[in-house]
Amino acid sequence: MADVKRSHIETYKPVGPKSVRPIEDGTTTSGARALMLELKHQGCEVVFGLPGGVMLPAYDVLYDEGGLNHILVGHEQGAAHMADGFSRATGRVGVCFATSGPGATNIVTGLCNAMMDSIPMVAVTGQVRTSSLGKDAFQEADITGITLPVTKHNFLVTDANAIPRTIAEAFYIARTGRPGPVLVDIPTDIALARIDYHPVNDVHIRSYTPDVAMNIDSIDIAAQLIHEAQRPVIYVGGGAISSGAWEEVRELARKTNIPVTTTLMGKGAFDETHDLSLGMLGMHGTAYSNFAVRDTDLLINIGARFDDRVTGKVDGWASQAKTIHIDIDPAEHGKVYIPDVSLVGDCKYVLQALLPLVRERDRTSWNAQVDAWKQDFPLWYPTGQDEIIYPQHVVDELFKSTDGEAIVSTGVGQHQMWAAQFYKCRHPRTFVSSGGLGTMGFGLPAAIGAAVGVTDRPNWCVDGDGSFIMTSEELMPAVQHKIPVKVAILNNFCLGMVRQWQTMFWDERLSSVDLSYQPDFVKLAEAYGAVGLRVEKPSDVRRVIDEANDITDRPVVVDFRVNSHENCLPMIPAGQTVDQMIVERPL
Amino acid sequence: MPTVASKPGQQIGQQHTITILVENRPGVLARVAGLFARRGYNVDSLAVSITEDPTMSRMTVVCTGDGYILDQITKQLGKLIDIIRVADYTDMPMLERELALIKVNADVTKRGEIKELVEIFRAKIIDIGETTFTIEVTGNVEKITAFESLLEPYGIREMVRTGRIALVRGARTAAQS
Repeated sequence: MADVKRSHIETYKPVGPKSVRPIEDGTTTSGARALMLELKHQGCEVVFGLPGGVMLPAYDVLYDEGGLNHILVGHEQGAAHMADGFSRATGRVGVCFATSGPGATNIVTGLCNAMMDSIPMVAVTGQVRTSSLGKDAFQEADITGITLPVTKHNFLVTDANAIPRTIAEAFYIARTGRPGPVLVDIPTDIALARIDYHPVNDVHIRSYTPDVAMNIDSIDIAAQLIHEAQRPVIYVGGGAISSGAWEEVRELARKTNIPVTTTLMGKGAFDETHDLSLGMLGMHGTAYSNFAVRDTDLLINIGARFDDRVTGKVDGWASQAKTIHIDIDPAEHGKVYIPDVSLVGDCKYVLQALLPLVRERDRTSWNAQVDAWKQDFPLWYPTGQDEIIYPQHVVDELFKSTDGEAIVSTGVGQHQMWAAQFYKCRHPRTFVSSGGLGTMGFGLPAAIGAAVGVTDRPNWCVDGDGSFIMTSEELMPAVQHKIPVKVAILNNFCLGMVRQWQTMFWDERLSSVDLSYQPDFVKLAEAYGAVGLRVEKPSDVRRVIDEANDITDRPVVVDFRVNSHENCLPMIPAGQTVDQMIVERPL
Repeated sequence: MPTVASKPGQQIGQQHTITILVENRPGVLARVAGLFARRGYNVDSLAVSITEDPTMSRMTVVCTGDGYILDQITKQLGKLIDIIRVADYTDMPMLERELALIKVNADVTKRGEIKELVEIFRAKIIDIGETTFTIEVTGNVEKITAFESLLEPYGIREMVRTGRIALVRGARTAAQS
């Protein structure tokens, strides 16, 4: 357990008291019980799942084993997203269970989502008995085959004695190097077989050695480039958060006075209320961050991957810049750009090596230029409106009422971009959003997972009406376990982002984006036993947010009826450059 | 300006021989093949078997692509958990061999000529039928291709090749970094 990375937010408390029946090392027990024991040994305290035929041995152990809390979900996709949200908020490895066949296939989206955003999690799926494998048995699915491209690694356990080692290896693979999801598929006869259980304390995988020495030969050149740069920018991605490098990022910015922009995944790695923060960059990033990148002569990439939502047209982006790329994954170096300086390694350790070599810099005219852009091109929305609620206003009020201290999860769409723009994150692991895969429906279950993991912060999900419909069934476990998530639905009665693109690029041909037939979300929330609130006037926005913040024993759904014609700006259309950025200045 | 890594269509695809040492476990072949397929890399040949260490298998992949594609394949392969080592042998002094079995029409009047070719190429006739020979030939890719084209006029009924395997000259092994 020596290498378990701990987030600075260590407030996870298990749901309810449970007794742990200790087991002696070497006692003969079932594969299923060995599974639970090793999961606990690896630090797992809560599992999100849904039982089924082949998982009966495992769930029987859960019934009296104690020590592992189980949250029964409405849909296995919810379980996967909950494990994901738990991981993002705590820095630990979230765990989900699913049965074979449709249960397992239901978590594929969740695994793909975690893979794209490099989130550590372990999914344990039941499988048909080994003698039935490949014979189209009831609820059989080749889940290891199906998830080959969407997991960092997966295992099909064919020897019960291998269960503890496989679980230990799964956790190790999930949380080391570039993190990712790992699936362990356990046939039901293997779960029933008797083995001698020994907890696993040492994991050695010959073919996987993530702690290999970093390649930072050119670190002196990096320091020199930083010293010489006239208009540098620090570009921070999710890797800085995975690595726990936020203090090093802050120190680098403080020492050099270099402005800092973060990606969607990097939000929270640098306090967005700080002077030097440029907010988010890219397609819906702030105008000033995109201008800074347009004019920069040195881009310091810390744990980001030059995603296309950030770069737009690759050979028109940051066209005056040299690049320093700091990333733990050697495959990212040279995937999009060939960096001038390549520093392969864990961001935290690379920055710790770099910081002493970096000379202090004062604020320069570059800082003044960036500040002028911030003044002239702020994020804004019309105010002084009595009748129309602007979605940006809701997020803004949410930020103010929580002082930037909440954990904010989102679905995917316009609401996600507004949340990213207007909720200024101050702490790492407080923005939980599906970046790479862009999974609608991620918001509510991820918020639930985050709330299970972190209990001392308010927990808000900024969601869209379309996204919320996809996974609203997860209100059921939230109510059952008294999980106080609060959902702010920015309800515009349509699939907003699609409508925006159709309006802007498809001649306003609004094909299949109308959500007028949505359920009444207040009644839906109440049907589940949650609190349902509706806001139809701007003057009620803050009052209702505060009201929701005071509810601590059940989920709250707030249906904000927002302006349905609002476009999310600024916008750099896909594949274009900052010169084509569409931005509105305040009226 | 940051150097864009891939410029499609600007570099001519070169054939590369990549040696991969993998854990000898079920599914590893599927992972490697899946990686190639998923990223659109074309595999020209693939040979795999266990090595002197029975827990380890060796795959020799011949694929075509430009430098950027090769760099990405190599790095992505390196990320797979079951991959122990990836080595690109293309620009190294390499010993490469392939084995082919060729079933060729061998009419009585032509048998002499064919036998001469077989001798010249140090191949072996491993089966004689009433109208056909089956010939076994080993060698590098140029030799096999040359032999095949010389046999073409007689009419090749069927042919199977193992795919290239390769070792680096000298004492160095793939397992060493």
